[in-house]
Amino acid sequence: MRIAIASGKGGTGKTTVAASMALALIKAGLRVTLADCDVEEPNAYLFLPGGEMGVEEVTVSMPVIDKLRCTYCGKCADFCKFNAISVFLGNALVFPGLCHSCGGCSLICPESAIKEVPRRVGIVKRARPMEGIELITGVLDEGEHSSVPVINAVKGGLPKSGLAIMDCAPGTACNMVSAVRGCDYCILVTEPTPFGLHDLSLARDVLEKMGIPNGVVINKSTGDDSIIEDYCSAHGMHVIGKIPYDDAIARAYSTGKAALSESPLLERVLIGAYEKAAKEAEKP
Amino acid sequence: MTIQVAVVSGKGGTGKTTVTASLAAMCSPTIADCDVDAANLHLLLKPTIKEKKPYYGYRFPEVDAGLCVGCGACETYCRFGAIKVEDRAVIDLVACEACGVCEAVCPAGAISLKDRQCGEVFISDTAYGPMVHARLDPGVGTAGKLVTMVREEALKLAGKDGIILIDGPPGIGCPVIATLAGVDVAVMVVEPTVSGYSDFTRVLNVARRFNVMPCVCINKHDLNEDYTRKVIDYCKESDVRVLGLIPYDREIFECVRMGEIPALHNKLKDSYTSIFKNLNDVIKERMKK
Repeated sequence: MRIAIASGKGGTGKTTVAASMALALIKAGLRVTLADCDVEEPNAYLFLPGGEMGVEEVTVSMPVIDKLRCTYCGKCADFCKFNAISVFLGNALVFPGLCHSCGGCSLICPESAIKEVPRRVGIVKRARPMEGIELITGVLDEGEHSSVPVINAVKGGLPKSGLAIMDCAPGTACNMVSAVRGCDYCILVTEPTPFGLHDLSLARDVLEKMGIPNGVVINKSTGDDSIIEDYCSAHGMHVIGKIPYDDAIARAYSTGKAALSESPLLERVLIGAYEKAAKEAEKP
Repeated sequence: MTIQVAVVSGKGGTGKTTVTASLAAMCSPTIADCDVDAANLHLLLKPTIKEKKPYYGYRFPEVDAGLCVGCGACETYCRFGAIKVEDRAVIDLVACEACGVCEAVCPAGAISLKDRQCGEVFISDTAYGPMVHARLDPGVGTAGKLVTMVREEALKLAGKDGIILIDGPPGIGCPVIATLAGVDVAVMVVEPTVSGYSDFTRVLNVARRFNVMPCVCINKHDLNEDYTRKVIDYCKESDVRVLGLIPYDREIFECVRMGEIPALHNKLKDSYTSIFKNLNDVIKERMKK
């Protein structure tokens, strides 16, 4: 079973929930793979350090033009929707940062002058920070545009069966979409503010469009969470957990301590949220 | 000359939007919200929309079911898993990157790329200045291109000598790169936490690839004084100006809850004012260069 943790708005507590849920679940005797799919800013490893097992490079294919064969007809540049190839005055240039690796240029070239070579865009790290947790972390290289190949590499490394928790990127664009694709349930972590609500509703729209069951964890709950609760009840969405606004959790987080160690309440909340998520995910 | 200032952070939720709104309230700039897939600035600045412009991302494929012979060539060549052919080809527009390979390989001429609106750009007025913001359709993958359109509209509004203040997206990928390209000053809102620090160093390294002056605001500085010191030391070593510190104050969270701008609250005003003053010095320096 794959459970994704997303939010829409950044900084609502996705990593706190993901890391602490993994810890709570191993205490309950389960084994968990934690996949950090927020590859632009991966942080779960900061809360679950150690146990490094290995690093693999993530590459994408990038066109290389054989100047001996190229007749500078410009068909590749005309075809490329991303302006990643430019052909002018007997010269053909590839801009690797713009390339989406669709393979269209090599397919279209009448001279078979374009071949594809691998280009590194990031890494995937594997670690076993403690018994029962395997942590897979994707890291996008600084300066690279697209997270998607690194996210896909992280997901490709997930075990075929067993429980996986996936920490996703904020927002609702392609990095979030490619992380949640194929998961069985998505927990949306939000906060009881207009920001939290606004981005929660955007994230829910994406999940509904993709047909992914979802529920809400309210973080920084102040006692009056009606702004989120009213939205949820109007949209048939379940609030599956609440984490109180707590300075102790914020301070523990700041030092890299998983919040679970600071708040026994959190363990109950997250196990409860997991059980509700798992029940929904298993529905046919 | 037009000066462009972008507020970024790396990590999400460090306070980009509250800082942007607070600076906007002090200098009446042209405002641009470039966090297009989770835009929040409008919730504090409460713009009145004057004009809406459709946003067309890339041209997306459409299948003419009458022409499709179900041969599966498109599915074979699509590298994004965005086409499934059973009886006829069906395109998953969320997975589609709009590369056009399916159109090129279709032997029956059944696939063609069509304009598809996938968002909207709003030209608005606020109490503090004109504002450009946008809405990206859920799950559409061309956020960077929409960022560029928002910035182009803001440039038109700002005129020759204006200041453009940009609320940026989190992360370091394509929307952030589209936000930073060509700006003069990048204000990085950093949270003194283990993850805030790590994410800040990554976005700073990305900003260094552009001709932009980076500077830093530390938000919630007293949440963890050790990390605040670490950020300040890192800035010193890297020759990055620290504009100021904002306290970890429940009042800011309450402002956000109420949809109010923190800098307009007496208790919080001083820290934002001093950040604004120091930012002004940075802008003056930049203009001299």
